[in-house]
Parts: sequence; C-alpha cells; structure tokens
Amino acid sequence: MSAEMAIALGLAIPLFGMALMLLFGRWPNLRDTVMVLTAAGMFTTVLQLLPRVAAGERPSLHLFEMMPGLSIAFEVEPLGMVFAMVASGLWIVTSLYAIGYMRGAKEKNQTRFYAFFAIALFSALGIAFAQNMFTLFVFYEILSLSTYPLVAHKGNEEAKRGARVYIGLLLGTSIGFMLLAIIGTWWLTGTLDFTDGGIMAGHVGHGMGAVLLVLYMFGIGKAALMPFHRWLPSAMVAPTPVSALLHAVAVVKAGVFTVLKVSVYLFGLDYMKELVTTDWIMYVAAFTMIAASLVAIQQDNLKARLAYSTVSQLSYIVLGAMLVSQISAIGGGMHIVMHAFGKITLFFCAGAIYVATKKTEISQMDGLGRRMPFTMGAFLLGALCVIGAPPMGGLWSKWHLILGALDSGQQLMIAVFLISTLLNVAYLIPPVIRAFLRPPKDGYKGGIKEAPLLCVVPLSFTALAAFAMFFLAGPLRGLLGGMFPT
Amino acid sequence: MIEHLPALQVVLPLLAAPLILFLVRWPTLAWAFTTAVAWATFLVAALLLEQVWGGAVISYAHGGWEPPWGIEYRVDTVNAFVLLIIAGISAIVMPFARDSVEQEVAPDRIAWFYSAFLLANAGLLGIAITGDAFNIFVFFEISAIASYALIAMGRDRRALLSSFNYLIMGTIGTTFLLIGIGFMYMMTGTLNLADLAERLPEVRDTTTIRAAFAFIAVGVSLKLALFPLHLWLPNAYTYAPSMVTVFLSATATKVAIYVLLRFFYSVFGAEFSFGELPMDHVLMPLALLGILLPSIVAIFQDDVKRMLAYSSVAQVGYIILGISFATTLGLTASMLHLFNHAITKAALFMALGAIVYQIGGTQLNRMAGIARDMPWTMAAFVIGGLSLIGVPLTAGFITKWYLLLAALDSGYWPIAVFLLATSLLAVIYIWRVVEVAYFRERPADAPVVREAPLALLLPTWTLALASILFGIYTALPVAAASRAAAILMGGY
Repeated sequence: MSAEMAIALGLAIPLFGMALMLLFGRWPNLRDTVMVLTAAGMFTTVLQLLPRVAAGERPSLHLFEMMPGLSIAFEVEPLGMVFAMVASGLWIVTSLYAIGYMRGAKEKNQTRFYAFFAIALFSALGIAFAQNMFTLFVFYEILSLSTYPLVAHKGNEEAKRGARVYIGLLLGTSIGFMLLAIIGTWWLTGTLDFTDGGIMAGHVGHGMGAVLLVLYMFGIGKAALMPFHRWLPSAMVAPTPVSALLHAVAVVKAGVFTVLKVSVYLFGLDYMKELVTTDWIMYVAAFTMIAASLVAIQQDNLKARLAYSTVSQLSYIVLGAMLVSQISAIGGGMHIVMHAFGKITLFFCAGAIYVATKKTEISQMDGLGRRMPFTMGAFLLGALCVIGAPPMGGLWSKWHLILGALDSGQQLMIAVFLISTLLNVAYLIPPVIRAFLRPPKDGYKGGIKEAPLLCVVPLSFTALAAFAMFFLAGPLRGLLGGMFPT
Repeated sequence: MIEHLPALQVVLPLLAAPLILFLVRWPTLAWAFTTAVAWATFLVAALLLEQVWGGAVISYAHGGWEPPWGIEYRVDTVNAFVLLIIAGISAIVMPFARDSVEQEVAPDRIAWFYSAFLLANAGLLGIAITGDAFNIFVFFEISAIASYALIAMGRDRRALLSSFNYLIMGTIGTTFLLIGIGFMYMMTGTLNLADLAERLPEVRDTTTIRAAFAFIAVGVSLKLALFPLHLWLPNAYTYAPSMVTVFLSATATKVAIYVLLRFFYSVFGAEFSFGELPMDHVLMPLALLGILLPSIVAIFQDDVKRMLAYSSVAQVGYIILGISFATTLGLTASMLHLFNHAITKAALFMALGAIVYQIGGTQLNRMAGIARDMPWTMAAFVIGGLSLIGVPLTAGFITKWYLLLAALDSGYWPIAVFLLATSLLAVIYIWRVVEVAYFRERPADAPVVREAPLALLLPTWTLALASILFGIYTALPVAAASRAAAILMGGY
C-alpha cells in the first residue's frame, strides 16, 4: 500500500464504517461487528505507515486547497504517528468494551452513539496527520462537535448541562483564542505549515510571539489548562466508553498533542526559549497539575476523580512542552501513550463496576475486590501506570519529563513532578485498598461476579499493555526522537 | 440575443408578473410559470457573470439612447455577482414555494402572490443592474411595494402591521435616496452613475453634494437595516410567509448594501467617502454595535424565526464592518459575506419554513423534541446554524477568516477579538434551538408530526449542502468577491 493510499484510507475507513453502521442500525449484532471491523481496519491501515515513519520518512497527502495558501493536507511525522496508533489501536479495544457496556447498561440510541464515535475517531486521525495548523484546526473543531452528542447522550437535565459546559468551553476557547492565534500567525508569517524548527523565528517579534503563545495554550481548550478545565469533569456524564476513549485518550490527547505540535513545529523550541510567557504557561501548568490533584483527592465519585486526575496528567505534557528541552518534549510524547493505557484501564474499570454493581462512588467500593478481582487487579495496574511506578510504562515518561526539567535547569519543576506523583498515589491507591483490604459494607458473601466478559477482557488487555509498555519504551523513544532530525 | 441579456434580466420577471394574473384560477400553473421565469432569470444572471468574469464591462443602452442621455444598464463583476445571488436564491426558493405558499396563502391570492414575487424580483434585479441613479430609485420602489404586499399576505394578522411599518420606514428610505439623487442632479445635470462619477469631483466641495451624500447614506442604510435603522426588519421577517422571508432575507438587504457600495466607492469615490468624509468612522461603530446588540437580543427570542431575523441584522453589521475598513481585503470579506450569508440564511429560513408547514409555528417551546420527528429538516437547520456561527468547513467560516484578516490588515486587533467573541453569541442562540429540538422530550399532548415533504426538503438541503460546499471549495466565491472588491476600489 502506498503511503498516500494509507493516509487516505485511514481517514476514509471510519467514515465508511459510520455509514454502514447507520445502515445496519436495525440489526445490532451486524452493526457492532461492522464497528469492530472498522476499528481493526483503521488500525492496520495506520500501522502500514509505521515502518516508513520509523525510517525517518514523512509520508504526505495533499487533499485540496481551501483558500489561497491554505490547504487541507496531511503529513505523518513521529508524534502524529504515535498519536494515531494510540487512538486507533485503543478504538478496537473500546469498541469491544462499548458493546459490553452499552448492552449491559441498556443505553438507548446506540446507533447514533456509535456513528458519532466513528466521526470522533476520524477527526482524531485528521488531527494526528495534519500537515498544517489550519488542517489541524478544522479537524479539532469537528472533534468538538462530533463528541457533543456523545456527552449529551443520556438526554436528561444533567447530561444537557454537562454537554453545554463541554461544547461552550471547547468552542469558546478554540474560536476565541486559538483561531485568533492562527490568523495572527498566518498574517505575520504567511504560512501555517508544521516545519522543523518552527516558523516564527525571524517573522514574529518576541512581544507578539509571547502573546500568540498564550493565545495558543489557552485556546487549545482540550489540553484543559486551568481555568479552562471545567469541560472535562462535565463530560463525565457521558457513557463510560466515551470517558475512556475520548476523555482519557482521543480528545484530551488531541489537545496536548496540539500543544506539542505548536511548540515544536510552529514556535520551535529555540524560539520559545526566548519568550517571556513560556515560563508563565509553565507555572500555570504546574499549578494545574497540583491543584487538579488536590481536587481529585476530594472526589468521591470515581469518574469525577479520574477526570480531575486526567486534568492533572495533561498538564504533565503541557509542562513537558514548556520546559523547552528536546528530552521533555519527547517525554511529553511518551506520556501521551503511557497515560492513555493507564487511564483507559481505569475508566474501563469504573464502567465495569457500574455495569456489574451500579456503584459509582468510591465509598461504596469496600470489599469489591472479592467480587471483581480481575477488574480491581487491572485497576491497580492502571493506577501504578498513571503514578509512574515500575514495572509500568508510566515510569519512563515521567523519567524523561524530569530529565527534561534538569536539562533546562528548572529545579522547582522537579519538585512539582515529585509532589504530584505523591498526590497521584494519594488519590489512586485508596480505592484499591478499600476494594481488597476492607470487608464489604453490604455484607456481600457471594463469589466472583464480574461484569460481562466484553467489559473485563478489554480492561485486562489494556492493563497488560500498560505493563508491556515498560519494556517497549525504548523503541517508542527512538521513534519520537525523529521529531528532532539533526 | 446575447447582447440583450442585460435587458432580459429585468424584463423577463417584469413582464411575467402581470401575465400571471391570467392564471388566477390555476394556482399550480401560476407557480409553474413563475418557476420557469425564475430559472430563466437565473440562467441569464449566470451568463452575464460569465461574460464579465474576465473584467469586461457590459454597457447596454436602453432603446438605443446612448448613455449618459438614455438609461444605461451596466454590468461588471460587482453587480453580476449580486445578480447571481438574487436570481439564484429566487430560483432555488421556487420549488420550495409551492407547498409552503399553498398552505400559508389563501388559494385565490396565490397568483397575486407570485405576481408580487416576480415584481419584487424584477425590482431587486433592476436595482443591481442599472447604471442610472433615478432608475435605482424606481426599482427600489417597485421591489419595496411588491415586498409590502408579499409580507402582508402572511397568515398572522400582525403581518399587516409589520408590512405597514416596513412601508413607512422603506418610504422614508427611498425618499431620502430620491432627495440625494435630486441634489446631485441639480449640481451635475446628470443621472448616469458613471457620468456622475466623472462630474462630481468638480462640485464635491459644496454643501449640496455633502447633503446629497448624507441623504443617500441614511436612506440606503434604512433599506439595508443598518443598526439602529433596522427596526422594521424583525417583524417583517417574522410575520411574512415563509417563502417571502427566505427570499427577502437572502436578497433585499444585500441589494441595498450593493447600492451603498456603488455610491460610496464608484460614484463618490473611496477617497471622498472615506478620506474627506469620515464614513469609516461613522460606519464602524454602528457596525460593531449592530453586531453586538442584535446578537444579544437574538439570544432572548422565543420565536426562532424572529431570532434569525435579529441575527440577520447582526450579519448586516459584519458586512458593513468589512466596508468600513475601506480596504480591498475588507471589501472582499463583505462581498464574500453577501454570498455566504445569503445561502446560509436562506437554508435556515427554509428549514423553519418546513417546520411551519408541519407544526404551524416556530415558537421555541413548540419545537421541543422536533428533531426526532423531522430529522432531515433539523439536520439542515444545524448545518445552517454551524455556518452562521462560522465553524470550519462551512461558508460562514470563510467569511470570518477574511473578515479577521481584514481587521488585522487594518491594524484593528481589538476588532478581531470582538469578532471572535460575538461569533460565540451565535453559538449560544443556535445552540438553544439545537438543545430544545434534540434533547427535550416532545410534550405528551403534542400532535404527531411527520417529516416535511420532499419538495420542501430538497431545496433546503440544496442550500445546506451549498453552505458546506462553499466552505470547502471556495475558489468561485472568493475569486468573484476579490475581483469585485478590486473593481470597487478602482472607481468606476
């Protein structure tokens, strides 16, 4: 398969799959089979690009020119490759899980749900492969809009309110700040192409550059920098597969991915070093990291706690970009992967618990380990990965991030990373302790009674994958090193 | 034949209008005849645009009386583009009209209705095509009187009052225009626009000419509903029959904007309008207020049709803002928005027309849960709404992009920020409707509603898809708009 073909197919498959799912809406089994096949097809197509990108190539596809000089075009570079693999790979697992969850929880409008899910994946891939900021922005907005119906899925007052906050903040920041920054960049530099070493140096003065950086960083609302993080907890009203794939992986990672892209390929690390606001954003990210963790500790609702944890973890990656060293940027890229595996496991577990027991609060989870040992075991592995403890993949991304802080001489940030890790332990481990070490409050005496198999298998798989990443960190780092060709 | 195209453009609908009255007893036949005329007019407009595309100017002397003595029709890319918008919208609205008008207008009035429609159409086309100042006034009156009749045929009795209101305001507007034209004639002895442009510089330092300028500016601003002269518009749009709202919202204010551009740039010249007279400083604050306040008012409307009417006032503000930059880029944005907004708003009002057809009204609370029963209609509404907001891959985004560039180009950073902030207001008022239509339960006592008939859906979707198409494939409108802007900046 030629590279252009692979890019085009990768984008076309989810759309085609969506059309088929709408067509087969009346036959749930057929529809769900189509969904799994679509996800698998998309992942294998994306994989076709891996050898080329690993070899240092940048396969590209020019679709069409929208306005003079502004094209919808794609180019696959290492970071985008990694993001595309994570999103499309985890879609397979999530679609299996979603079948189990949606049927187990007897959700309505499943066809609509799956159809918008496919569009969300389509746009995530568009973001991953975007050759320029304009293309990225277009897909970024499609992603916001296509996930709105997923968040509002239940249709009750709470879901509507959550979805309103969700779409309001995401559209508001992207239109209010990011679009302005993009147009400013275009006006000043005459290009929006992602270029090695950035496009700003020599075109944009440092004052203007500093303003643009702030506009970009807050404009990328999906990266959930405080004070624009509220949409993420609000989105937790969505069914759990959405929280798992979209709000732990695709949507939020699209945000931090954009942060990395903008930093590395628009600003360029050397230019960013000279901007006064880089440090400001770094402090904002550090604050978000700590503050969100502190909020997470106080949440009793499991999904809310995980959501705030995500807010905090996203700031690791933003911080990685703001440390402006190559190592920390690579560490940020690695964290996209590691956190994805860890957090999706945790969300899968939360959903499995809900399907099996209708429990949503951590205080209700006493003794749950006897009833759902696989789920809670996976929860432990996922938690360890997010914490960054060995033997999980999360260790390596934090390792690189801290190395990056050393590299750029930001000792304070090392302390922030360490404190945040301790806080991670403080909010992720108690549920596990409750589940395994305390007796059940409701006097549950029965044996093992897990969620449906289609829920338990995917979450075990992602937990094991998070473990496997401990050993696969080397190749991943090698691949991401391609972001900085010397 | 080809050389008589400019005349045909107006004569076709103008002559067809009285002929329809022979068909009073056969409403369907009247409709079919009107449709045929509308499409023929559209074809003529397309041919005209093709002829002037390369930058040529067609001058057509009526009755062989050479300009500046006779009435001249003068077509360049600027008004060919406007003609295409008017003729295109009236062609697309006709298939939609049959069912919609049949339901909303009494059967014995349908032929009269179409007759008035063709007159309004002829009037608007005439305004755009003519190169004669007095002729502009005449066509303004033709289109306006026909529009009063069209609006008054709305089912709601408030349509009468709205129409009367529009009549008063419209008459003041055209009277002012006439006074302005009269002053200019007094000073130069000519009514031909090109001739005026040539002769005005000698006398332009006189109070008379400045007064003429002021009368024309205010008169035309009334017609184009520039804030705060927009008060006639919301009621007129709300209570008019659906088809009329679609047609007027997409064309009537646009033509008035064209006239403003013609006078400011071609007749008086940019240097006079924006250099000696501070029109940029007059228009800009009005445009900004005109964007902000109606957008906020729109959020609080309970009738969706009325909400969109206020949104139309705001959109006029965007177009005027582009003009007030007095740069080629700003004009490009404005010309582009004439086109993009015509498509978008027509699609939105058509979707509402389909809803009126099925449930008899557009009050927000009556639309609860309607998306389940009318999925295609509401999907088209959502697409139109996204374009109105200016989401990427819709026509509205292209306009916004150009308008923002124009603002940066003129060094107005704060206005760029303002534009983005106000587009969020559009998010709010569109989203209110989306939420009610999609996520609220249908009231238990509500009658069963079915999807609108295909005859209503097809034109609606044509426009909805067009507003996506022109958000992706922008070569045609962008080229037309930037050529038109260059011509306007270059003087007559």
